Amino acid sequence: MADQLAIGSRRGLKPALPLLLPAYLWLTVAIFLPLSAMVFFSFMTDLPLAGKEWSFTLGNYAAFFSQSLYSTLLFASLRLGLEVTLWCVVIGYPAAYVLAKVLKGRSREAIFLLVILPFWSNGLVRIFSWAMVLREGGILDTALNAVLPFKINIDLMYSYPAVIIGLVHSYVPYMVLTCYLTLQAIDNSLIEAGRSLGASRLQVLWRVIIPLSMPGLIAGAALIFVPVVGSFMEPRILGGRTGTFYGTVIEDQFVAVFNWPLGAALSFILLAVVLIILALAAPVLRRAG
Amino acid sequence: MATTRILEGLGRFYIALLLGFLYLPIIIMAAMSFNASPFYQLPFEWTTDWYASLWQNDQLIAATWNSIEIAVITTLISTVLGSMASLALYRYDFRGKKVLQALLFPPIAIPWLITGTAMLIFFFGVGIGRGLIAILLGHVALALPYVIVVVSARLQTFAPELEEAARSLGANQWQVTMRVTLPWIMPGVIAGGLFAFAVSFDQFVVSYFLSTPGQTTLPVEIYAAIRKGFTPEINAVSTIIIVVSMALMLLTARFFKFGGEK
Repeated sequence: MADQLAIGSRRGLKPALPLLLPAYLWLTVAIFLPLSAMVFFSFMTDLPLAGKEWSFTLGNYAAFFSQSLYSTLLFASLRLGLEVTLWCVVIGYPAAYVLAKVLKGRSREAIFLLVILPFWSNGLVRIFSWAMVLREGGILDTALNAVLPFKINIDLMYSYPAVIIGLVHSYVPYMVLTCYLTLQAIDNSLIEAGRSLGASRLQVLWRVIIPLSMPGLIAGAALIFVPVVGSFMEPRILGGRTGTFYGTVIEDQFVAVFNWPLGAALSFILLAVVLIILALAAPVLRRAG
Repeated sequence: MATTRILEGLGRFYIALLLGFLYLPIIIMAAMSFNASPFYQLPFEWTTDWYASLWQNDQLIAATWNSIEIAVITTLISTVLGSMASLALYRYDFRGKKVLQALLFPPIAIPWLITGTAMLIFFFGVGIGRGLIAILLGHVALALPYVIVVVSARLQTFAPELEEAARSLGANQWQVTMRVTLPWIMPGVIAGGLFAFAVSFDQFVVSYFLSTPGQTTLPVEIYAAIRKGFTPEINAVSTIIIVVSMALMLLTARFFKFGGEK
């Protein structure tokens, strides 16, 4: 890519600066400085506002490591992220395969758009829509009782499965999108070659298709896992009392308990976990280009 | 190849199931917004009362206007600044360019919970505080990387020889940009702008931490309403939002293929 750019591009940062500065200044003020401030803040005893006494402390981090509540919740959130990601692979990968290798032409284009369209609509509203389906006396309950000969009560609302369903619904289009892009790039003749050399469909799938589409799977997994670990709105709405996770505890520190330094420390620990995960996924992603 | 045909049929059926999973809850939510029972009871009885009562809800209307205003301003600012940065990243070669490009990913990749709380702390610390200005600052920063990525993708299809040709014919830098480059990348700029609008209009997490009771956006207002209890009014306003944002994305798709089809 660098060679291709070099033809038309000129050297030097100076002429580029006026064009670059406004955007990057904005990013600095609204993203990078806040993130640095958060780190700084996480080492404080109190808000440095209105003449309040404050000093530096490691207490906020000590709280994380001494009270098992926080690490338990972080593990609960990591588990939630893992489960949602796995469901998204199981549900999304076959769909991406059908889109890339079975459907053709205009119908493929239209269905691809339909699959990723919800992803760009409001996430909060989509989570809310599940409340209509999952609550007792909701659509799922009514529909199943109309079909089944015996009476059952479907009340998934405010439960762990409800949170999983809502999050999978929110993020599965991501997996379809990333897997579709890598699957589509696989040359069909590779699949045909494998078949004509005597490999079964399953062997071709395991030995050719899945390895070649691995970058899409990893990209999708990273893009889903990271936000799910930090989710708080979805567990609140669909999980009710069972929906206490690491994200909801951070939310509480900022909007309910007003212990901002502790919230900052908890946020920073989450950021560190997220960065480690992204760093692990990065080599695979870079190879995909 | 009967097996192939059976498998393809199964594949199509599976896609239909997935679309059902994706759209059924939204359709049910929309249907309930036209149901007369305030407790979502069946049988279904048609009404548009809930939409009518939205007009009486001043708080919701004020929040809606805030959302629209912020989304429009975010779109304008991030499209202009983002396109400028994309041009610079395309035209010029300098040390640290890779770093600048890599810096676009934290706003996308870091969970909004972290970005939002960090903004809250920083804006409070420097005296900006919470409110619409803080929300606008945050939204533009979240939208900028999307604009730069989309416009840069479009610039990849631009032949640099065109700029050279225009320059050798006597056009100055400004004329080259406005008459040659900009018309070519316009579809990318429009798509980037629509992305920016969607990012801002649908943004909940960052707005949530930066809003105050009087200065808030529609998603934040809806979240508060949901936590108080479900009402068909929330269904009605949610239905409107989902229709608007889906229409917006369909419009975006006209200008920008999502990388799928070439």
